[in-house]
Amino acid sequence: MGLEDKLPSGVLLSTVEGLAGYMRKSSVWPATFGLACCAIEMMALGSSPKHDISRFGMERFSASPRQADLMIVAGRVSQKMAPVLRQIYDQMTAPKWVISMGACASSGGMFNNYAIVQGVDHVVPVDIYLPGCPPRPEQLMDAIIKLHEVIGDTKLGPNREAVIKAVEEAALKAKPTIQLGNLPHEGMFA
Amino acid sequence: MSEAQEGMFGVSGTGDTSGYGGLVRTVANPGSTERPYGGYFDQLADDLERAYPDFADAITKVVVDRGELTLHVKKERLVEVAKVLRDKLLFEMCMGVSGVHYPERTGCELVALYPLLSMTKNQRVRLEVCTSEVDPHIPSLVEVYGGNNWHERETFDMFGIIFDGHPGLTRILMPDDWDGHPQRKDYPLGGIAVEYKGATTPAPQNRRSYK
Amino acid sequence: MTQQEARFDPYAATRETTEGTVYSVTGGDWDSLVSEIGEAKEERIIVNMGPQHPSTHGVLRLVLELEGETVTEVRPGIGYLHTGIEKNMEYRSWTQGTTFATRMDYLSPIFNETAYCLAIEKLLGITNDIPERASIIRVLMMELNRISSHMVALGTGALELGAMGPMFFAFREREAVLDTFEAITGLRMNMAYVRPGGVQQDLPEGMTVRLRELVKELRKNFKDNERLLVGNTIWMKRTEGIGYLDLAGCTTLGITGPVLRSTGLPWDLRKMQPYCGYENYEFDVITADTCDVYGRFLIRMAELEQSLRIIEQAIDKLDATHGQPVMVADKKIAWPAQLALGADGLGNSLDHIREIMGSSMESLIHHFKLVTEGFRVPAGQAYAAVESPRGELAAHIVSDGGTKPYRVHFREPSFNNLQSTSAMSEGGMVADIIGAVASIDPVMGGVDR
Repeated sequence: MGLEDKLPSGVLLSTVEGLAGYMRKSSVWPATFGLACCAIEMMALGSSPKHDISRFGMERFSASPRQADLMIVAGRVSQKMAPVLRQIYDQMTAPKWVISMGACASSGGMFNNYAIVQGVDHVVPVDIYLPGCPPRPEQLMDAIIKLHEVIGDTKLGPNREAVIKAVEEAALKAKPTIQLGNLPHEGMFA
Repeated sequence: MSEAQEGMFGVSGTGDTSGYGGLVRTVANPGSTERPYGGYFDQLADDLERAYPDFADAITKVVVDRGELTLHVKKERLVEVAKVLRDKLLFEMCMGVSGVHYPERTGCELVALYPLLSMTKNQRVRLEVCTSEVDPHIPSLVEVYGGNNWHERETFDMFGIIFDGHPGLTRILMPDDWDGHPQRKDYPLGGIAVEYKGATTPAPQNRRSYK
Repeated sequence: MTQQEARFDPYAATRETTEGTVYSVTGGDWDSLVSEIGEAKEERIIVNMGPQHPSTHGVLRLVLELEGETVTEVRPGIGYLHTGIEKNMEYRSWTQGTTFATRMDYLSPIFNETAYCLAIEKLLGITNDIPERASIIRVLMMELNRISSHMVALGTGALELGAMGPMFFAFREREAVLDTFEAITGLRMNMAYVRPGGVQQDLPEGMTVRLRELVKELRKNFKDNERLLVGNTIWMKRTEGIGYLDLAGCTTLGITGPVLRSTGLPWDLRKMQPYCGYENYEFDVITADTCDVYGRFLIRMAELEQSLRIIEQAIDKLDATHGQPVMVADKKIAWPAQLALGADGLGNSLDHIREIMGSSMESLIHHFKLVTEGFRVPAGQAYAAVESPRGELAAHIVSDGGTKPYRVHFREPSFNNLQSTSAMSEGGMVADIIGAVASIDPVMGGVDR
C-alpha cells in the first residue's frame, strides 16, 4: 500500500536532518512578493492548470510573512520599495529562503538607473538567482526544485554551525568577481 | 622637437578620426503656423477667440504640426484659458500633464504640456506653458480638471515645477525625502558599471553613442 | 447650571460622569444616539494596507481612515515601482525604446509598444506607409493582448473578492493566448514585437490555422467563467452598487476605459479616433449603465467576445494579404533583420546575410547604420493614443532630430483611474475597497513607470 508496508519489521531509519529537510522542502509556503512582470509569471505558475505549483505543496501563497518560508522577489525593486522589502524579510520567521526571480531582482536587469536597486542582494541575502525577463514558469519551477534540494540537505545543530563557519571563511578569502578573470593583464578591457 | 614620441599608434585629441566630430546640425523645431490651419483647427481657434477676448494676449504661439494643434499659453492666463476651453468649447477631459526640460532655452526651460480631449466634438488640442528654472511656478489646474492632481505631483517630482494652488504638492514617485528632480537633463541617469570577471561594461550614460 | 438643571434629567441624551459619557436611550431615539456617537471622533483608526498585500493589485499602498468598518478616507500611495523608464529611453535609440516601453504596463505590452510606435511614425510622417499586413498583425496582437489582460483582471479580481475558481479558468485561457504569443513573437510576455515601421517579423507558416482553432477554444472556454460568476448571487451582492462613479466624476478625473463605459458613455478610441485600420473591423462598443463594479465586470466579459470577433476578421485579412511585407518600405527606417529559425536558434536568415555581405553594399550599410546608430526622427512632438484594456494609453514624444528620444512621456490609464479610488470607496466598507480597486484594474508598472 504505502511506505509502511515495505519496511522490514515496520521500522524506518533515517537521520533527523534528513527527515527535517524532507518535511521542510515538501511544504514551502511562498510569501506574496510579486512586484512587476515576473509576478504575473509567478501567478501563472501558481494558478494556471498547466504549471501547477500545488504538486510541491506550495499553492498556499502566504500573505502574512510570519507564516511564509520562501520569499520570491518577483520584479524590479525600486528605491521606495527597498525598505519595505527588508521589513517583510525581517518579519519572516526562520528558516527562510529567498529566490530572486528575474533579471531585475538579481542585478537590476535592463534598468541600470537611479530608480532601481541593482540587485536585491543589496537588501536581503539571496539563495537562488533566477535570470530571465521574465523567466518562464518552468524556469521558476526549476529554481524552486533546486532550492528544494538545498533545503533538503540543510544541516542542523553543530553541523550547521560548522557549515556556516566554512562558508564565511570561504567568502572572506574569495576574490571579488572582477579580479577573477584570466585576461592577459589587468585592466585590459576596463 | 621638444617631446619624445613613443610608438606609432595612439590617440591624439579626442580620437575621432571620422571627421563627423565637427558636424553642426540645426534642429528645426516647427514654428508658429499661419492661417489657415486645416481641419477643425480653424473653427477651434475662431471659437476660442470669440469666447475668450484676450486670445491674442494670452496665446503667444499657435503651432499646427503633424495633425496636432498646440497653443502656447502664458502661464498667468492658463487657468482662464482652461476654464474657457472646458466650459465654452466643451473640452471636458484633460489627459494629464507632461513635463519637458529644455536647458538651452533660458527663461523658458521647464515646459508643461496639457493634452485636452473633447468627447462631444471628438477633438484634441494641446496647451503648452513654459516657465524658467529660477522661478518654476505654474498655476495649478486641479480646480478646473480634477484628474490633474497626481499628474502635477508627478511633474513636480520629476521636473521641479511648482504648481501654485495645488491641494497637496508632494513627491509621488520618488521617496519623500529624495533630493533633486530626476527627469531634468542635468540629473544623471545614475547607472553603474556592470562588473564581469575581469572587465566592466560602462553604464548607459557613459557608453559611446550617436547623438 | 442652577440646582434644578443639575438634577438628573431622564430625557437627556447624554450626561458626563466620572466614568465618561453615559448615553441614555429611552426608546425611539436610536438614530440621534448613533449620530451623536458618530460625531465623537474617538473611534477612527488609521490602517495601512501596505505595498505588500495580497489584494491590492500590485504594490499599491492604501492608507485608510476607518470608523469601525466604514471607510472615511482613502489615500492611495504609489511610486513603489518607479523604474525611471521614461528617462532611460532618452539614452537608447528609437527602436531600442520599444523594449523599455513594453515593460511599463506589463499586462498589455503590445499596447505600450503600439502607442510608442504610432507616435514615432507620426513624427516620421510614415503613418500611411505602414504596410497593411503590419497593421493587421498589430490589430491581431492587440486584441489577443486584450483577452489575456482581461483574463488576469477577471481572475485576480475574483480572487481578491474571495472566489478562487475563476482564477484557474482565467489563467488556463491566458496560457492558450501566451502560447500563441510565443509562437508568433518568441516570448510570452514583454515581446518588443511592434517596432517603428511595422512589426519585427511575419507570422510563421500555418499560424492562421492555429489562430482559428484558438478562437474556437477560447469561445468555448469563456463560458466557464461566465457560468460561474454572471448571475451568481454572492458575486452580485459583492459587486452591485459598489464603487459607484458616474459620468461627471469620470470626466473630472480624466478616466477612460471600462470605468468610463460603465457610466453609459460609449467612448472607445478604436471607434472614435481609429488607428491601425480599426475602421475596417466590425465590432460593438460595450457599455453598462450601472456605474458600479458589476457593470465593469460585465463590460470586460463582453469585450472578450468582441475581441474574438475582431480576431476572426483579422485572420481572414491575414489570409488575404499572405506574403506581403510587414515593415515599411523605406529602407532608411525599416528594421533590417530578416529572421529565420536556424540550427542555432532564431537569427538572421542565411539569405539575408548572403545579400548584405555578398551582393548589396547598400543593404550592408543600412543594416549597420540602423542597428548601431538608428534612424533619425525630425524635430517636433507627437501624441498618439490607443485604447488599452484599461483606457486611453498614449505616448507623447518630443524629438530633437536625433537618434534618441528627447523626452518620452506615457499617459497611462491606470495612473488616472487610480485617482478615483477615494471617490469610489469613501463612505463604503473596507471590503468594498478591494472590489473597487479590482474593477479599476490598475497595473502598478504603468502607474509608476
